[in-house]
Amino acid sequence: MAERRVPVVSCLVLGLVLLCAVAGPWFAPHEASEIALAESMTPPFWRSGGSLDYPLGTDMLGRDILSRIIAGARVSVTVAVYAIALSGGIGAALGISAGYFGGIVDAVISRLIDIQMSIPAIPLAMLFAAVLPPGEGMVITIIVLTYWTWYARIVRGEVLSLRERDFITVAKVAGVSSPMILIRHLTPNVLNTLLVLATLQFGSVIVFEAGLSFLGLGIQPPQVSWGGMLADGRNFIEVAWWLITMPGIAIMASCLASNLLGDWLRDTFDPKRRLT
Amino acid sequence: MRTYLIRRLWQGAVAVLGALAIVFVAQRLAGDPVALLLPMDASEEDFAAMREALGLDRPLPVQFLVFLRDAFTGDFGESYQWQAPAMPLLLERLPATLELALAGLAFALLLAVPLGVMSAVYRGRWVDRLAKVLALLGQAMPGFWVGLLLILFLAVRLQWLPAFGREGPLHLVLPAIALGWYPVAAMTRTLRSSMLDILDSDYIRTGRVMGLPERTVIWRYALRNAAVPLATMIGVYFANMLGGAFVIEVVFAWPGVGRAVVDAVFARDFPVVQAGVLLSAIIFVVVNLLVDLSYGLIDPRIRHG
Repeated sequence: MAERRVPVVSCLVLGLVLLCAVAGPWFAPHEASEIALAESMTPPFWRSGGSLDYPLGTDMLGRDILSRIIAGARVSVTVAVYAIALSGGIGAALGISAGYFGGIVDAVISRLIDIQMSIPAIPLAMLFAAVLPPGEGMVITIIVLTYWTWYARIVRGEVLSLRERDFITVAKVAGVSSPMILIRHLTPNVLNTLLVLATLQFGSVIVFEAGLSFLGLGIQPPQVSWGGMLADGRNFIEVAWWLITMPGIAIMASCLASNLLGDWLRDTFDPKRRLT
Repeated sequence: MRTYLIRRLWQGAVAVLGALAIVFVAQRLAGDPVALLLPMDASEEDFAAMREALGLDRPLPVQFLVFLRDAFTGDFGESYQWQAPAMPLLLERLPATLELALAGLAFALLLAVPLGVMSAVYRGRWVDRLAKVLALLGQAMPGFWVGLLLILFLAVRLQWLPAFGREGPLHLVLPAIALGWYPVAAMTRTLRSSMLDILDSDYIRTGRVMGLPERTVIWRYALRNAAVPLATMIGVYFANMLGGAFVIEVVFAWPGVGRAVVDAVFARDFPVVQAGVLLSAIIFVVVNLLVDLSYGLIDPRIRHG
């Protein structure tokens, strides 16, 4: 099947985004917040009036779009890494506990998941945006509060079926302690699932963060974010199309790449779920 | 059926109570409301008097009960910006948001139903591939960006459709597409896979053998059964769209609940924010409840014992 190929393009795109995040300042053509009013609203290089000094054009303050997209990658990736690690860690820990211990532990955790999932994500984000100081920390907190249920639900389901398997029964009979079973025997068996979820969440987090920043509730200037760039560009939509297309393409490409890679990983780990 | 109903109602009630608890905790995190209400040079005595007047000197559990009592009577306090009760302010804007969400849902179905059916019937052909590409793009392009692109191309460049405000049916088109964009992918996929199952079943083969036109077989007999999983998803997507509308309303200056809440966040107008969050949680819970209860109506094979 054609889909079984390693998604090379996705890996390249994600690699590029990570490279921008880690080493962006070294190869970006300009300083992200360098203002050059004389060069403001320069179109991309292939349009008349454009120049290779500013390959993707400049914004209303003459800041280089390409450099700002590279700088924005850093924010997106930082937020994504912290948010995924925390929501994955918390969600997996609660999911494994709920699945393994059952009874009251499961009841409490499952009820928490139900409550959380009964509040739509965006209004919940508004609530926390209204009480927390804006910035990276707030965005990460909101994403963790929204996404932990994702991991908890799926991991709980997996552990429920693993718990009945022979190797766990044998470990229990052999007198292995509960914490040891959780860490040594259950966790390694849900790692594949966690990896797939984390890859898929990467794209989702980028979109979520961009949305918050677009509304002005997420990353605050002077920090550069793709969502913030779109919000700035919105006011000039009639004169400078590149201000709202370029950052959006960056969002779309990162999200698409992580979704494709996540789908591929899922199918690779779990051949039963391959799509027809 | 009755035990199922009671259990679902109980779950819904717990969820709403949970949402209320989260809002209450957030409210306390928001800082001292007294400091917001009193002038900068207010004395210690003024503070104490104000706390007592607002009931903030009482123990937290008591405060929570008072909060619940007020919530059940629809009292979420006065908006600082508008100096009017918060919930009625939002309820006034609810029709605009519902209108947008319904239009978004209609757009999503208008695209997903033909696409899902065709991609199952012509599996592996270009329609199927097109549907797959659209599904991937649908998930990767955030609705607010789709909205900006629509404004750029259809409103600014071609000037076919208006971009901002709510003045007539034409104003609804662009925001509805931006909002309905996201669920198209999942809806198409769901319909495609259930169509594939059904097209393989005996009664469809019988229908074909009997010489029924292919059109009748597909659109009348197969789709009717294949639509069940899709129908059960609609409620969930509708409820999610009410949340998604928060962002889309800002993009298109749509005078709905979402834009009011976003404005309130900026103004630190907490009563409006909490009323908005609770309103969407309640709608979400009620819609999901109705969807669960309607399974039996859509498909008599699923009846809860």
